[in-house]
Formats: sequence, structure tokens, C-alpha cells
Amino acid sequence: MSDLIDDPTPGQNAPEFTVSEISGAVKRLIEGEFARVRIRGELGRVMTYRSGHVYLDLKDDKAVLSGVIWKGQAARMSVKPEEGMEVVATGRLTTFPGQSKYQIVIDDIRPAGVGALMAMLEKRKAALKAEGLFDPARKKELPYLPEVIGVVTSPQGAVIRDILHRLRDRFPRRVLIWPVAVQGKACAPQVAAAIEGFNRLAPGGPIPRPDLLIVARGGGSIEDLWGFNEEIVARAAAASQIPLISAVGHETDTTLIDFVSDRRAPTPTAAAELAVPVRMELLSRLDEMDGRLRRAAGQAVEYRRQRLRDLGRALPRPETLVMTAAQKLDLWGERLPSALRSVVSARRVQLGEVSGSLRPGLLRRMLEEQRRGAAATGARLRPGLLRALREHRRALDLRAAGLRPALLSRPARQKGEQFSALALRLSDIAGGQLRYWRNQLDALERLRQSLGYEETLKRGYAVVWGDGRVVTTKAAAAKADALEIQFQDGRLPAGQGARAKPAARPAAKAPPKGDDQGSLF
Amino acid sequence: MSDTPVAEMSFEQAMAELQEVVGKLEAGDVPLEASITLYERGAELKAHCEAKLKAAQEKVEAITMGENGAPTGTTPVEGL
Repeated sequence: MSDLIDDPTPGQNAPEFTVSEISGAVKRLIEGEFARVRIRGELGRVMTYRSGHVYLDLKDDKAVLSGVIWKGQAARMSVKPEEGMEVVATGRLTTFPGQSKYQIVIDDIRPAGVGALMAMLEKRKAALKAEGLFDPARKKELPYLPEVIGVVTSPQGAVIRDILHRLRDRFPRRVLIWPVAVQGKACAPQVAAAIEGFNRLAPGGPIPRPDLLIVARGGGSIEDLWGFNEEIVARAAAASQIPLISAVGHETDTTLIDFVSDRRAPTPTAAAELAVPVRMELLSRLDEMDGRLRRAAGQAVEYRRQRLRDLGRALPRPETLVMTAAQKLDLWGERLPSALRSVVSARRVQLGEVSGSLRPGLLRRMLEEQRRGAAATGARLRPGLLRALREHRRALDLRAAGLRPALLSRPARQKGEQFSALALRLSDIAGGQLRYWRNQLDALERLRQSLGYEETLKRGYAVVWGDGRVVTTKAAAAKADALEIQFQDGRLPAGQGARAKPAARPAAKAPPKGDDQGSLF
Repeated sequence: MSDTPVAEMSFEQAMAELQEVVGKLEAGDVPLEASITLYERGAELKAHCEAKLKAAQEKVEAITMGENGAPTGTTPVEGL
């Protein structure tokens, strides 16, 4: 060290700075060199002070840069800085001599990279969806054939050209272009104003109010299309009373306005196709309708004509209807005069015959005779009638006087007495008859008993029974197991004599012959 | 058939009714007098539709705006 002091180096005559001086020099240098920079980095810690100023860190994997957003700028910021956000910060570098620090004073912060933008878009989408702005029920039907089409787009470039070309091909219409910037900061407010402006046009005013809107922009980066992701645009589109087709970017690009528009077209050309039908197709359809109309009307008439013709053919000719009658008339008409003549001549002959004997005097005399006869009979008619009536009445009275009930009852009494006498006789006769038959029966019974073998037993004969049968031979008696002798007062087993037990049986039962006879009674 | 005068109809309305009229006539169960009326109505509708189609004419204008951004009128646009 002492060497250094003893041996001054050439740098020794360099000017000496105070700390403030060098800090000032550094400040001037840095602020001069980095008056406007864009710095890409991730946001670290972000702190909003009560004063309204925002302090934050920008960092990457190796370094950290402090940053500040003054209150005024922070309020104007379209993106609210959040920790972890990938951003591009625009501003100037400055130093903070009090702490030997340098930092960036940020004018603007924009999300850097697709990821960051998409994350922001998702957030907005969710918010608008929650409000119900994407509700399918909000979507309006596009008019089938709009008269005036309002197009919100850049008046230059391919987009309006594409739309007009396609409209021309399909169905030329009146088109109102509302010129707007389609990218950059001015885009969103201008597009929103155009949508609102078209809606504010009064129907029938000097500028015709479109009945369909197309908001269109050609393809571009997501940053280029960003204006159509802005909330004011989405809200204006959602509020549009006029049906609105969005056609922003290419088919694969989807911007916020697509969710709130009534229809989304993948390209500006497609928007024109959605907007109008094809005129030639309509013309040909109309032609076809016309043809069908004529044919159908013609057929309605032709069908009826045919039917009329058919019916007319089926209708018989008037002549044929009267022909038969006419023929008959001819026939009979022909025969009429001769028939009349013959009838007249026949009648004349008859008349001649009859009139020969017919003279008025004769007729009058006959008439006179008849009249006289009639008068005489008529004169006798009434007295005769009265007389006959009197006679009949007298006869009737006579009969009625002779009619007495006693005369009727006498024969009845006589018949009753006769009947009683007869009945008495009948019972006498019946009783005699009965007595007679009883006597006959008794006689016959006595005869039967005298003829039966029992009577013989009374006279001292006996009957020998063997095994229940009458034994009449010695041989039969030898074969029988037991023998019984029947006397008039009962049976006795053979060989037992008077000592044996009487095995008498009722005599009437034993003889079969006796049974036969007994059954008669 | 609607009672709307044909002249006041939009193309779409007129076309729809024309279709209906043709359908009715083709069905063939319409009395003769009615079919004549229908035919006349159909012819009128067709003429109206045709006029609407023939009237198709391109007219392109751009909105012109005043200082405050409100539309003031239109100017014809050529050459697009």
C-alpha cells in the first residue's frame, strides 16, 4: 500500500467527485441514454401505496429492476399490474441517488405474449358471461333479406372489398360503411362508437338505418385483433338493437365480440353469405313457384273440365229419352181413327137394335105405372109398420108375463132329489156287493184250509222234515242230517220223543206251497 | 291467406305465402271459385317477390362524421 502512496499513478490527477456529483452524473447518463425503453419481464412484488403510486419489481431469471408507476399514469393504465404477469413495460430509466438505486418510471404496461393476453381475455369472458351477455336467448334472428347493411370496418383493405364482392355475387344491397381503425388504441372506442352510432340512426332519417350490421376485420396477430376483445366493444355489440354479425380475423381467431354478436362468421366473406340469400336461387325458386302455381291452377280447371266432359258423355241424348214414347205414340195414333170408327159403328148397330123398341109413349106409360105402384106401397108403408110394431110388443109382453123364476127352480129341485135317491141306491148296491165278496172270500179260505196239509195233521197225520225239506222217501230220510216231525201243534226232532226241546216253528212258514197261497191275500 | 296487402309484405313474408298458396292449389281440394282467387293472390305475390328481387341494386356509401364523431351524412364509395 505504501508503494501506492509513494509512487503516485498517472490517474492521480483525475478530478475528484463528491458522491452527489457522481450520483448526478450517473443520473444524467442513465436518463439520457434510456429516456424511453421497453422492458420485458415478469412482474414481481407489486405494491400500491396510499398515495396512489404503484411500486413494483420487474424481473427475469438473473436480474431485478425496480419500477414505479406514478399515480396519474396508474389510473390511465389499461392493464392492472399483477404479480406473475408477463409484461412489456414502457418508460424511462432514472436513478434514486438517496439509495444508490436506479429504477424505471413506467408510462404503460401491456401484457407480453399470448399466454398473458389469453389469461386476461378469459377473465373478461367469465365476467361478461356471468352477466348473461352470452345468453343464447339474447341472440336476434338475422333478417332474411336486409335492405340496408351497415358495415363497421376499415374503408381500405381487403375486408370491405371481400364483403362487397360477395354481396354483389349473391344479392346486391345498399351498404353503409362506418370507417373505423381496426387496430391500435383507437380501434376499440371507434368500433364501439360505430355500433352505437348505427343503432342511434332513426328509421326513415336522412341516413338509412341498417337492418343488419357486420363488424369485420381481417386476420392478424392477437395483439392486432385486441381491440375486438375490449369490453366496450363487446358491450356495444351486446346492446345493439340491430342484428349483428361479427367477422374478425381468420376462422381460428375468436375474439370477445364473437361471443356477444348474434352470429359469428369465420371470415368477412362468410359474413356476407350469412347476410343475404343468393338472388339467383331465389329467382329460380320463385320461377318454380310460379310454374307450380300455374300448373296447379290449370289442373284445377282441367280436372273439372274433364269431369264435366265425362259427366256430359254419361248424360243420355234427349232424343233417346222420348224415342220409345214417340214410337208408341205413332203406333197408337195410327190405330186411333180406325178404332174410333169401329167403335162408333158397333154402337150405332146396338143403338139401332135398342131404339127399335124404344118409344116415348111406351116409356111414359111404364113410368106412370111404376109411379102409381110406388105411391100405393108408400101409403101402406107407415100403418103396416106401426101395426107390426104393436104386434111384436104385445107378443113380447105376453112372453114376459109367462116368465116365472119358480118354473125354473122346480126342475132343479127334482133333479136334486133324484140324485140323492140314486146315490143312496149306489151305496146300497156297493155295500151288498162288498158283503157278497167277503162271504165268497171266507168260503174260499175255509176251502183252502180244508185242502191244506195242516188240516190233515189235525186228523192224525204227520209230516217228516229233513234238512228243511219234506221227506217222503226212506232214502231221503237216510241221507238227511237231522229229521223233524211236524204235528198239528208243532215240530219235534226225530228220535227225541217228548223229552226233547220243542223246536216248533210256525207251521205257516214251513210249507212253500202255503206261502204261495197266502201271498194272494 | 293473410290479410296483409301484398305491397306491404317483406320478401320473406310474400315468399312464404306464395308457397302456402301453391301448396293449397296443388292439394286440389279447393273449390273452383276459391282456386281462382288463390291463383290471383299467388300471381300477385309472385310479382311482388320478383319486383323485390329485380330491385336488387348495389349502392355503397361511407358515413361521414363531424367534429364530435356524430354521423353527418354519406358519400358514395367507388371502386371497391
